[in-house]
Amino acid sequence: MYGNDFAAPEDASGGGLLGEVEAAETALREAAARARRGGPAPDEDLEAYFADVIDADQKIEPRDWMPEAYRKTLIRQIAQHAHSEIIGMQPEGNWISRAPSLKRKAILLAKVQDEAGHGLYLYAAAETLGVSRDELVQLLLDGRQKYSSIFNYPTLTWADVGAIGWLVDGAAIVNQVPLCRCSYGPYARAMIRVCKEESFHQRQGYEILYALSHGTPAQKAMAQDSVDRWWYPSLAMFGPPDGDSTHSEQSMAWKIKRFTNDELRQRFVDMCVQQAEILGLTIPDPDLRWNDERQSYDYTQPDYDELMQVIKGNGPCNRQRMEHRRRAHAEGAWVREAAAAYAAKRAEKKEKVAA
Amino acid sequence: MTGPFDFTLRLGDDALIAAQRLGEWTSSAPEMEEDIALANIALDQLGAARLLLTYAGELEGAGRDEDALAFRREDREFRNCLLVELPNGDFAVTMAKLFFLSAYQLPLYTALAGCADERLAAIGAKARKESAYHLDHSSLWVKRLGDGTEESHRRMQDAVDQVWPYVHELFTPDPAAPVDAATLRAEFDATVDAVLTEATLTRPETSWAPAGGRDGLHTEHLSYLLAEMQVLHRAHPGANW
Repeated sequence: MYGNDFAAPEDASGGGLLGEVEAAETALREAAARARRGGPAPDEDLEAYFADVIDADQKIEPRDWMPEAYRKTLIRQIAQHAHSEIIGMQPEGNWISRAPSLKRKAILLAKVQDEAGHGLYLYAAAETLGVSRDELVQLLLDGRQKYSSIFNYPTLTWADVGAIGWLVDGAAIVNQVPLCRCSYGPYARAMIRVCKEESFHQRQGYEILYALSHGTPAQKAMAQDSVDRWWYPSLAMFGPPDGDSTHSEQSMAWKIKRFTNDELRQRFVDMCVQQAEILGLTIPDPDLRWNDERQSYDYTQPDYDELMQVIKGNGPCNRQRMEHRRRAHAEGAWVREAAAAYAAKRAEKKEKVAA
Repeated sequence: MTGPFDFTLRLGDDALIAAQRLGEWTSSAPEMEEDIALANIALDQLGAARLLLTYAGELEGAGRDEDALAFRREDREFRNCLLVELPNGDFAVTMAKLFFLSAYQLPLYTALAGCADERLAAIGAKARKESAYHLDHSSLWVKRLGDGTEESHRRMQDAVDQVWPYVHELFTPDPAAPVDAATLRAEFDATVDAVLTEATLTRPETSWAPAGGRDGLHTEHLSYLLAEMQVLHRAHPGANW
């Protein structure tokens, strides 16, 4: 009775992206089916072997040799992604108790639950690189690893739950769909699962905005206000412009990234314009217009100084989000200790019985 | 005397208020796995609440749907037991509440599944499977905390002591209802005793048995819970979401 119990508005959005996820899944299966070299020859250079696997569009698996920098980049990226899922529960969780109908409350609960699940998949993928979830969580709590800047913005109205679904999840999908073809197998497989659910969330967010923009004048104003506030932070989710992006080049050579920040941002803008028209909402960019030559929309860049401020910890909610995460972790310590003590007692009893 | 409407409304309110409290845990649980579990249980309770309130609205025949019943009644009109509206407290209090609630809901929904009213029977058949999972989950935590560390034992015993008086209200005799809750007491006690014993916990002896929820006489907590739950819906009368 929750989740997909509504009919999608016509041309709901993002359909092409879901097709890409499915194509990536097929490609993954085909790559696995192709005879893959069992491993490097005894005297073969490991770097050359690694490069060979990447060139052949095969997947690197946990048992494979990989350059230390490749391992580190992946740990950083996958962990940051996992942290984002966990911190991302907060802005939306903020509206669970006040959701305006029981159906919306159920859908939102299910969505936030999915996010925790995505966090778990992703921590598990990161663990295949030889780091433990506990270590990664500690890095987050200590502020030594980041999460997506977008979750440092507040959810001030119910419409923000819709805007997060449509714009934030939409941007996440555009970013993540190419990762379904990423060269590291466990990450690619996690992304396929995550993207399928995210595209469902995006449709739900779109549905919320659609209902609002076709509702009372107050509801429509609420929807427009939230799109006005979330548009640029969503564009900023793709990261700094290509010229300033530090990790891009190497990540592309390793086939972790497949497109640049600016390419993905453009794809997102092009996707959103049409959807905004169907919603009857305005994208808050007076310079947004179709460029016939480029076959794309020209648009105003987000404020990257603001992005840097948010990344540095000075966004509206950075302190609140971290404080909440730290408090939940600290207040839960006695529960985790109890579970460990109980498990140890059980194991001891079993041993005694066996002896 | 209880008509089918009052009975259905009570069960729906129990599930709705329980869901609202469990939903408050989102992103605050001691483990990520537990965040998922609590959201899952909240979602089950909310699903049952929606079915029950929808049916209650039909039985009443006054055109009220699930949202009218959830969002446009005052606290004096709510019929949930006091147990579910108590604040979450620490994790032990939440687990004590969930344990007692699910140890009551499982035999209740099981009995409902065999009752003459087809709609209620169908709801009972669906919900009892979920209750079995909730009981399993909460029992395990009661045991882990009760038989875990000294600190967790102390907290779990405190939680049981604090919540226990509120279980008596659940079993107020009502022979006219589709299922008379008083008949479920023996099974409830057997379940609770077994788990508490294994958890090295003591069942409190107390004669205090607060009640009133079924008559709309609640604790001071419910009004705040409803203020939060209903605020947006009430601010936009007649709107669709």
